[in-house]
Amino acid sequence: MKYTSQAVAKPYFIAAIALFLGQILFGLIMGLQYVVGDFLFPAIPFNVARMVHTNLLIVWLLFGFMGASYYLIPEESETELFSPKLAITTFWVFLAAGAITVLGYLLVPYASLAKWTGNDLLNTMGREFLEQPLPTKVGIVLVALSWLFNITMTMLKGRKTAISLILTLGMLGLAVFFLFSFYNPVNLVKDKFYWWWVVHLWVEGVWELILGAMLAFVLIKVTGVDREVIEKWLYVIITMTLVTGIIGTGHHYYWIGTPAYWQWWGSIFSALEPIPFFMMTVFAFNMVNKRRREHPNKAAVLWALGTSVVAFLGAGVWGFLHTLAPINYYAHGTQLTAAHGHLAFYGAYALVVITMISYAMPILRGRAANPERAQIMEMWSFWLMTVSMFFIALLLTGAGVVQIWLQRISTTPMSFMAVQDSISIFYWAREAAGVVFLIGLLLYIGSFFVKGESRAIE
Amino acid sequence: MEAQSPFTTLIEISNYQSTTGKKNLPGDFALWIFIFAEMLVFGVLFVAYAFTRAYHVELFNESQLTLSRTSGAINTLVLITSSYFVVNGVSAIKQGLSKQCGYWLIGAFLLGGIFIIIKILEFHAKYAADISMSTNAFYMFYLSLTFFHFMHVLMGMIILAFIIFKVLNDGYSAKDYVGVETGASFWHMVDFLWIILFPLVYIIR
Repeated sequence: MKYTSQAVAKPYFIAAIALFLGQILFGLIMGLQYVVGDFLFPAIPFNVARMVHTNLLIVWLLFGFMGASYYLIPEESETELFSPKLAITTFWVFLAAGAITVLGYLLVPYASLAKWTGNDLLNTMGREFLEQPLPTKVGIVLVALSWLFNITMTMLKGRKTAISLILTLGMLGLAVFFLFSFYNPVNLVKDKFYWWWVVHLWVEGVWELILGAMLAFVLIKVTGVDREVIEKWLYVIITMTLVTGIIGTGHHYYWIGTPAYWQWWGSIFSALEPIPFFMMTVFAFNMVNKRRREHPNKAAVLWALGTSVVAFLGAGVWGFLHTLAPINYYAHGTQLTAAHGHLAFYGAYALVVITMISYAMPILRGRAANPERAQIMEMWSFWLMTVSMFFIALLLTGAGVVQIWLQRISTTPMSFMAVQDSISIFYWAREAAGVVFLIGLLLYIGSFFVKGESRAIE
Repeated sequence: MEAQSPFTTLIEISNYQSTTGKKNLPGDFALWIFIFAEMLVFGVLFVAYAFTRAYHVELFNESQLTLSRTSGAINTLVLITSSYFVVNGVSAIKQGLSKQCGYWLIGAFLLGGIFIIIKILEFHAKYAADISMSTNAFYMFYLSLTFFHFMHVLMGMIILAFIIFKVLNDGYSAKDYVGVETGASFWHMVDFLWIILFPLVYIIR
């Protein structure tokens, strides 16, 4: 590692992986609850398991983004982090707040949690993905501000590169759009309208800036390709992402009480959202083919290429499947959405964080790359997790198509729960794929403990 | 002569480029990817317009008459002229004439400003007549297409402003003018899109 303050990234990465494990365990619990409804009831009801599964995802990705930027920004800016102390304090605050929140979800009935945490003062709870109690939401804002402050100050005193600029912009957007989680109008249409400003504009807007910057950083490091070339691509991709992604928010505005023109705007612009993802795939492979050096960390290269491919398929192709208004008329809120959600989050965000961890962690531990045996384990875990996630997506797609047919197209439509019963075979198979995913993740964690010969930093 | 598929043409262009070392596409290649993507967006919007019109011919014809063709025609001339200015600007910098290049581009920038003013007046007239994107399918497309294009004119003007600033500070030369060509290419795209948009939305019936 070039700057000692980069070391603050380490606890962030460790926490990210630990929470990732938690997310997968709760995923498996609720996956089983899909078919065995009273599994672990009343200790962990389905709605609680789901809340923990999705909230942990968001939190571990945030840990990953923060760790990645504390590693990346000093190196890009060629200076020490503005305040490592602040970064570490922020880490513990965030971790504690996250842990207390999850315990709150698990141990206290949600309504009581809402009452005790001042939801009467400012009503923000009870909405999908934004279930956090008010103090947690305020905490997230403070953590994001501290992060942003630290990173911006570091950048201001050092070299300013396209990568650090785009990363910081992405983080700024992340902080700004989260503020809409405090806005909870009584009008349900308005509520949903602005709810998407957090949810959509995060994952299909500003988070993509963070993704692009992190991927570009790792590619510069492992390929040795000129920064100029990579930065130019990054700009083009980011511009396309924002042009299509921001107006693409419209694909959530069909038939929820918003004006009808959103069907056109949403369909056309979101249909083009796969383009920047495709460009990212082409870009990543091009850079690796043009590489000027053989980086000893082969695993990191695999994760990076995997990110670009699975992000395109999961976010791009699976998103496109149900983004056009006439198709979404039938597909809205079915298992098809779940299929897209899983593959997109895994491909775009889980993988990019792991890419960054895989690249940076060996260096943080004092070597250029992990011993070969550890890298082989990592590659195994890549393939196990990626292939099983593909199975999860394919199975949920199958479940979704059958669901749409039985529930919404058939001349004798069945009720929601009756349909759920008849597609249980998909859910069983999905659960099996989930177990394989867990094995992959355990292998990944195991790879950190493999000892052996490793190359020193060049 | 045998008709060539666009694909063979593309291959020939790239072969030509690799054997002669000359570039066929002016400006930065990355921008061309962007231009193609932009044209695709507009292309999809134009096709959507055409298909929707086919279902509501009368409605479209009737609503179309409320548009100001004069403003549209003036704006067409304004943009074409601005493109001519940009062409002159590029040929000026190729001869190393920074000042002249700057002046031509300032002219183009000002014409862009005139386009914006005329367009705002048009939008204002529609707004005053209580017409919005929810009025009917025609106005939905009219307002969407022209507003989206409007934003591109603004973007083009921002790019021109950067280039003007740089060129007047001798940031480009007869040897290094890729930046000017890149901005010019974007401006021509904005102009070109209007040349399709204007007859499609204002005139064809």
